Amino acid sequence: MVTLTIDGREVRAKEGSTILEAALEEDIYIPTLCYYERVSPAGVCRLCSVEIFRDGDSRIVASCLYPVEEGLVVKTDTEKVMNIRKMTVELLLARCPDVKVIQDLAHNFGVERTEFSLEDKKCILCGLCARVCEEIVGVGAISLVGRGTERSVNTPFLEEPGACIGCGSCAFVCPTSAIRMEDIGDTRTIYRWKRKAEFKLKECKKCGRYWATEAQIEHMKKKTGLPEEFFEVCPNCR
Amino acid sequence: MPRVNSRSDLEKLRKEIQAKRDPNKPCISVSSGTCGRAFGSKRVYAAFEEEIKKRGLKVEIAIKKTGCLGFCERGTLVVIYPEEIFYTRVQPKDAPEVVQSVKERKIVDRLLYTDPVTRKKITYESEIPFYKAQQRIISEANRWIDPRNIEDYVALGGYTALSKAIFEMTPEEVLEEIKGANLRGRGGGGFPTGRKWETTKKALGELKYVIVNCDEGDPGAYMDRSLMEGNPHSVLEGLIIGAYTIGAHEGYIYIRNEYPLAVENLRIAVNQAEEYGFLGGNILGSGFDFRVRINRGGGAFVCGESSALMASLEGRPGEPRAKYIHAAERGLWDRPTNLNNVETWANVPQIILKGADWFRGMGTDGSKGTKIFSLVGKVNNTGLVEVPMGITLREIIYDIGGGIRDNKKFKAVQTGGPSGGFIPESLLDLRVDFDEISKVGSMMGSGGMIVMDEGTCMVDMARYFLSFLEGESCGKCVPCREGIKRMRQILTGITEGRGKEGDIDLLERLASYVADASLCALGITAPNPVLTSLRYFRNEYEAHIKEKRCLAKQCKELISYHIIDEKCPGCGLCVKNCPVEAITFMGKKKPVILDQSKCIKCGICFDVCKLSAIEVR
Repeated sequence: MVTLTIDGREVRAKEGSTILEAALEEDIYIPTLCYYERVSPAGVCRLCSVEIFRDGDSRIVASCLYPVEEGLVVKTDTEKVMNIRKMTVELLLARCPDVKVIQDLAHNFGVERTEFSLEDKKCILCGLCARVCEEIVGVGAISLVGRGTERSVNTPFLEEPGACIGCGSCAFVCPTSAIRMEDIGDTRTIYRWKRKAEFKLKECKKCGRYWATEAQIEHMKKKTGLPEEFFEVCPNCR
Repeated sequence: MPRVNSRSDLEKLRKEIQAKRDPNKPCISVSSGTCGRAFGSKRVYAAFEEEIKKRGLKVEIAIKKTGCLGFCERGTLVVIYPEEIFYTRVQPKDAPEVVQSVKERKIVDRLLYTDPVTRKKITYESEIPFYKAQQRIISEANRWIDPRNIEDYVALGGYTALSKAIFEMTPEEVLEEIKGANLRGRGGGGFPTGRKWETTKKALGELKYVIVNCDEGDPGAYMDRSLMEGNPHSVLEGLIIGAYTIGAHEGYIYIRNEYPLAVENLRIAVNQAEEYGFLGGNILGSGFDFRVRINRGGGAFVCGESSALMASLEGRPGEPRAKYIHAAERGLWDRPTNLNNVETWANVPQIILKGADWFRGMGTDGSKGTKIFSLVGKVNNTGLVEVPMGITLREIIYDIGGGIRDNKKFKAVQTGGPSGGFIPESLLDLRVDFDEISKVGSMMGSGGMIVMDEGTCMVDMARYFLSFLEGESCGKCVPCREGIKRMRQILTGITEGRGKEGDIDLLERLASYVADASLCALGITAPNPVLTSLRYFRNEYEAHIKEKRCLAKQCKELISYHIIDEKCPGCGLCVKNCPVEAITFMGKKKPVILDQSKCIKCGICFDVCKLSAIEVR
């Protein structure tokens, strides 16, 4: 364990953990958009920026990536940090003016309007969908493609998402609801990529609920090695 | 060729090579780097070859292709040895006359360089002002070496430093020498090379890597290309010494695929070095193994950033990662990795051979040795220049560069690539040094140096560099992707006459945000062109925004062309050249009429008018 100070509070944290993890443990508020505890941090949104102080010097670091150190002094509410939060949110608000989570963040930080020309995007390119798809689901059907302002989340070669199993994890983890998913009858549709993707859903033998796509069940079978029968009923009925 | 299996083998080989060469035999050497090729050096070489063959002089006169000699704008350059007669602008048709003169040991006057000031012909390279003020320790060997012939490098003492390091010094002693020399990274950061090596050497782990960064991508800069094309063994030798010091047995050379000649010459060099026993297993019979792999970059500017480069080497998208844990501890495939730039590696053999004291004898307190710059833009002599650290910008631009083209006034020099800053005339006596350049808001970078004259609009220049960076940002983090885009949009607005009150303030806020919050050095340094142009040329911003005027008369939306009736004799030259028929011929001796509503402000009329009868307002 190491001891560090966050906003004047002495905090004990596991060696190898990050400032953000240490702060979350202590209920110290640091805003994030691209962080999800189950996948590796990427330092993309920069909302979690904090100021660290050492030897009379200070610097801004992304708390989701910076490893805790013994004696580290961290401040989450300096003027610099607040300015970074505000500008980040203002830039995202100009990119995605209709996204609720961004509007709420902007309101919280006192950003009521943006000086930049408005775009009408929904995706903030946090990449959580792609990380979840690769690291948790183990499929990697989508990734971030293109460079700079041309960057987008997409399928390989912008073709139909051949590897996608329709599990919906991307839609679940998306902070801005840019990935929309809909189940109607025995069909699940994921709207996002070049062509909408449709998947057949499987019924639970006991309760009759459509609970997973066929492709997802096949994938889980392969991954877990469990028998066919196990997947005939939904988790609630097991 | 027999393998070199010991120190004495190497000395024996060198003596053999030297013995079979006659130092008095004339040699026609054609500068054949990429810059030379652009001037047609391949055809020039072929013409010499043909001429020599035709006259049956193959035994009497040798001919050789070397790398870039630096004075690129004067290509094709040809040097006649042993006298070292220096010819510029040589064409294939000159071959017969030159060959004849070599045979008779005479000089072809008309191909000599003419000093633009004294109008005198200069026979030898060393007497040309462009070369006089230089101190070429890294780039000089380019002129003697055929990069595809390892024997040329060995004949000049090549691989002696490696043999000295391996047989006379412990890795710790080599490290002390590099640290003592105070060599700093030539790729841009200026981090002390010795300290970097030491961290990698001390890092835990058996498997370590060394990497050459040859992903040079700054517009107008080609220092690394010239070294890799012209003297690849000097880079390899430095790398092998580094590997020996750090304890690495595998190395990578990451080189951009847009440098086909450099890739080709490097491949040949690696193969030859392996054949001769300088690379591979049991190097020079010492028991030390080191293998090298060449990886070609796919064209992303950001891959010059070390963590993005390593991601690309691993086969992942070339995107940077946070460097809170240094690559020296966890780099390529999470193993301790030492990455240095081409020029840094090329310095290593010299330091080992001549010693840290010799190296420290050049430069300033904080920056030792020399630095290669690519001097381009509105300067009379463009090319690659190698100068001692501490030389002033004025000396580089005026003594070496020969001053500003067309007798125009100097306005600014941009150092450090697209994310460097503009340095104004008042700072021309600034000494070139990592720290001094940073202090004025720019950076050393890898050595780009773009000179701008009075006709350059600084707001437009800032817009240009930001648009380059906007396109080359990987797009991973919000400040770099969104922040640069917005800065570029504001700058575009200002240059197009849509600037408004508050733009400067917003630019400054965005600049400090992008610099503070970005993930990697591309974003952190990206605001430099904006910040320095605001710092030194704020009046230009204000004129654009408040008066809708471009002081340099460059921004199309803010200027208009006008006929000065008293000066216009109605010659009609502008009428003929106008691409949109905006100028009407009114009869001889009557001034023409320009229709502003049709004018696209291309400036062709202004350029073609011989009587200065057209003005820009």
